[in-house]
Amino acid sequence: MFAIYKREMRAFFTSIIGYAYLFTYFLIGGGVFCYTTLYSMTADVSSFFQYMLLFSAVTLPVLTMKSFSEERKTRTEQLLLTAPVSIPAMIGGKFLACYTVFGGSVLVSSLYFVLLSRYAVIKVLLLLGNLVALLLVGMAFIAIGLFVSSLTENQLASAVGTFGIIFAFLAIGLLSNLLPNEYWLRYVFNSLSIFGRYQSLLSGAFEFSTIFYYLSVSAVFLYLTFRVYDRRRCQ
Amino acid sequence: MIKVEHLVKRFGSNYALNDVSFEIGEGEIVGLLGPNGAGKSTTMNIITGYLSSTSGSVEIGGVDILANPTEAKKQIGFLPEQPPLYGDMTVSEYLHFVYELKGAKQPEDEHLCAILETVKLTDVKSRLIRNLSKGYKQRVGIAGALVGDPKVVIFDEPTVGLDPKQILEVRNLLRNLAKKHTVVLSTHILAEVQSVCERVIIINRGKIIADEKTDAITRTIKDGYEYQAKIIGPGSEVVSALRAINGVRAATLTGERDAEALTYRIETERGCDVRRSVFELCREKDWPLVGMMPIATDLESVFIRLVDKSENKAR
Repeated sequence: MFAIYKREMRAFFTSIIGYAYLFTYFLIGGGVFCYTTLYSMTADVSSFFQYMLLFSAVTLPVLTMKSFSEERKTRTEQLLLTAPVSIPAMIGGKFLACYTVFGGSVLVSSLYFVLLSRYAVIKVLLLLGNLVALLLVGMAFIAIGLFVSSLTENQLASAVGTFGIIFAFLAIGLLSNLLPNEYWLRYVFNSLSIFGRYQSLLSGAFEFSTIFYYLSVSAVFLYLTFRVYDRRRCQ
Repeated sequence: MIKVEHLVKRFGSNYALNDVSFEIGEGEIVGLLGPNGAGKSTTMNIITGYLSSTSGSVEIGGVDILANPTEAKKQIGFLPEQPPLYGDMTVSEYLHFVYELKGAKQPEDEHLCAILETVKLTDVKSRLIRNLSKGYKQRVGIAGALVGDPKVVIFDEPTVGLDPKQILEVRNLLRNLAKKHTVVLSTHILAEVQSVCERVIIINRGKIIADEKTDAITRTIKDGYEYQAKIIGPGSEVVSALRAINGVRAATLTGERDAEALTYRIETERGCDVRRSVFELCREKDWPLVGMMPIATDLESVFIRLVDKSENKAR
């Protein structure tokens, strides 16, 4: 697994993808930070993280699009699948590599608030809660991205498909608002809404069910990725 | 070393493999031969664990590939039809990656240097794989398969797309590998099997139609022997005398000359060795016999005959 992790990290930074991702992340992230705190003259943590959720929904599909699509297209997956490495270890290596790039950039961008703390009072627990929220959502997005990437040889299709699924998860939350209060579907949509749960984390409500929800979404999509590979072998 | 039993692979309603069984011993060098789409690659992909079979079993060194894939795969080095190479890595980076991926135990640098030497890649080791020529890429693929010194190496059409010189080099390499490894290679080029393999398994439409020693297969399947004889003497007389020999089915002048000698093609009944009689005839008639040798029927004709036979049977 470690070999695959290393190779993925290398691939991010010997191609343009890693740099492009980091460049956009820090450019937009910096801009959002300036807009939500410095420009608005507040030390509000949540709105920065709210924007970063939307930003991640758009950029993470680009980070994950190559993971399996490229291997499949160039047939290098044959090397991985005939090597003494299990399918879960292969998926794990790729997942961790994407997560390192994402998580690393999120952690670095949270340093903005350390700087800000010199000029304003920052609620540290709230900041930590927000950080955990973004890191959890990112985990789910990456798992979705890897799953879609395992379905197609086409990187563009992979990115667009991932965005589609993420968008559906976001839209479910908005849709639930349109439904009558007592309707059961509203309850189901609310529970599935990535955005709704994210909001509750950002506001400082730290619920285990929410954390469990993000972990389950990630686990389900990673498991589906495993199934894709396992099934392909049997076809 | 490799034990394949009753392998069946179905894609929808098509049988890619239909009850294929064979066993390959340690140190053997075996060719899988068959026309395109016969099931060679499918067989190899199943042996290496890339595909799973619909039914049947595969054991590598006594380890079942489905029950314990990691252990089984440790014993295999595989070069698929299209070498699985990362264009963005240099040759040496790639081999280090494969080394880590396979969890090889040999001292890393020495082991990889030795492989680079074996496949003659030392000169290009720091070049990006994407910039290498087809022949070099193929060799990088072979090098990757050799990392970790696996007991079994499996090559799927290793010489496709190479120039004649490279083909000879790869064939030599394969022969050398057979000293230390069990080698299985697939090809649709018959000369390759003839020059490299001790044993050949012929597959057509997902079924094994022959599994024998390479030279035995050419000998046992053809209908009769053929010899070429060079005799100094009056052409037509020699031909009729040759035809009169017991066991000779046909004798013809080939039209080739070797100094004074004319060349004759002698076809005999199945399993009949007439060389002694030809020699006696020439001594009796005082026609100097300056050369005689059996003409090996090439695998090509054997192959076509076998394929036709199995297809007729199927009908």
